[in-house]
Amino acid sequence: MKKFTKPLVLLSLVLVLILTFTGCSNKTTGANKGGTSQSTDDGDSVENGLSGTINIVGSTSVTPMAESLSEEFSKLNKDVKMNVQGVGSTAGIKASIDGTADIGMSSRNLKDEEKSTGIREYTIAYDGIVVVVHPNNTVSDLDMETIQKIFKGEITNWKDLGGKDEEILIVSREDGSGTRGAFEEILNLQEKDSSGNTLSTIKKDALIADGNGSVKANISRKENSIGYISLSYLDDTVKGLKVEGVEATVESIQKGEYKVSRPFFMLTMGEESEVVKEFLAFILSDEGQKIVGEKQVPVN
Amino acid sequence: MKLNRKKIYEKINERLLLICGLISIIAVLSITIFIFSKGIPAIKEIGLKEFIFGEEWQPTGGRFGLYPMIVGSLYVTLGAVMIGVPIGILTAVFISELAPKRVASFYRRLVELLAGIPSVVYGFFGLATIVPAIDLIFGGGGNSLLAASIILGIMILPTVISISETSIKSVPMELREGSLALGASDIYTIFKVLIPAARSGILASIVLAIGRAIGETMAVILVAGNTPLIPKALAERIRTLTANIALEMGYAYGLHQNALFATGVILFVFIIVLNILLMKFNKKVGENK
Repeated sequence: MKKFTKPLVLLSLVLVLILTFTGCSNKTTGANKGGTSQSTDDGDSVENGLSGTINIVGSTSVTPMAESLSEEFSKLNKDVKMNVQGVGSTAGIKASIDGTADIGMSSRNLKDEEKSTGIREYTIAYDGIVVVVHPNNTVSDLDMETIQKIFKGEITNWKDLGGKDEEILIVSREDGSGTRGAFEEILNLQEKDSSGNTLSTIKKDALIADGNGSVKANISRKENSIGYISLSYLDDTVKGLKVEGVEATVESIQKGEYKVSRPFFMLTMGEESEVVKEFLAFILSDEGQKIVGEKQVPVN
Repeated sequence: MKLNRKKIYEKINERLLLICGLISIIAVLSITIFIFSKGIPAIKEIGLKEFIFGEEWQPTGGRFGLYPMIVGSLYVTLGAVMIGVPIGILTAVFISELAPKRVASFYRRLVELLAGIPSVVYGFFGLATIVPAIDLIFGGGGNSLLAASIILGIMILPTVISISETSIKSVPMELREGSLALGASDIYTIFKVLIPAARSGILASIVLAIGRAIGETMAVILVAGNTPLIPKALAERIRTLTANIALEMGYAYGLHQNALFATGVILFVFIIVLNILLMKFNKKVGENK
């Protein structure tokens, strides 16, 4: 036993020392880095010599677009670090209010209690929500009222819509999801109860998938299913339906012809740093809106 | 001098171990305190009876009925136990008593491998194979109580097998010899002598398996369908307590978020009850020896 104690103590001491020293050295190199990078900024500044980090947190629907915007922005400003995290609209709004994120992303309109915090909203794009079915489904065009009836559970068989004699399987999103909130709002799938709470009227036994990708995965495997996803997630594993004869495309949403669409917001709180200001200006510039236009609908 | 130094080393060593021990205690305590401090106010606001027995879950609309999820968790766990435990125990018997040595060690490796597969892989496997199969047979989409039970049944196999096997193996040789000497067959010996003798260990493995099944999240979310309704058939969709937290965590704020912590409180109570049961079994195992 005695034989072992000495090496053990030595080993643990060494470990502790290593830990403390690496901790220190990391800090010092970090500080050095900051110092040197700042000084080089003044020397060979790229464009306007911006540097810093922008944390963007929020809606999973806005995330793909925010990522390509960030990528382009950091190409122009090499010293700016961009972190984009898709965690959901509500979490994004919360993060920008309490300051854990520099910019919040939301794909739904803000509630009054959220607006009252003094948060600033920038409409950066519009998004279409596409009603999707399995590619083998013969139905290809529905009007708003029919979609509403399907999701309420008033129409339950595809044969009533000119399809096969099969029960309609509804795929929806979890409570609180921005896409779900917007979909319910636009299609009037909500009702108020006696105490003023807003309740969803989407059929209660709907399959709940967590995220746009998961909705797509479920729909592409079930021929009798119907669901809704953000336009930026649409690909050929599922079939997007026309709504009242209009296909969901960038042009149709911009013209206001496609009805199931909603705004995307970037949110800031308190004083905006120089980098954040520049980034927001970049998003709304022609260049930024061109990137937006690749998948979503630009503001103008 | 030398002795003194050794004493100091000894002291430092003891302290180090103490600190390591404290870290885990602090972790457990802070998690417990955090969950309860967030969850209890929510339960108070909603009302314990409404929270546990309410049948409607729609947090954005002020409906916080957790009953479907509690039932869902219990059903899924029961289903997993019904599928996983018999297979697990019989596999354990096979490995420890009947299989030739090389086959047995091969089997053990496989079981270890099964334990090492990440749960999201189980879930994805289930979504791609079991869910369509159930859709084909029963209809209704396939994401169901049955699918979740099958996946969890497979996931608890390693726990059941390895602990049962250890306890069957630790049955004294004399019992086997005695039974065989009296003219009993191998199978008779296994089922009438070995399994009863190893009962406590096997029960402990079942309790641990229940703990694993009730706590599993990712795999369940992928295959269960997550509908917050009480299931009336095997092919119907369900949502478990863990899935409820994980699904809505990203979107929740205010009372909704605290209600999810309160869901955690209910889960916590489940786990504590299980641990108390486990402790009782462990005591019995100790008494047997």
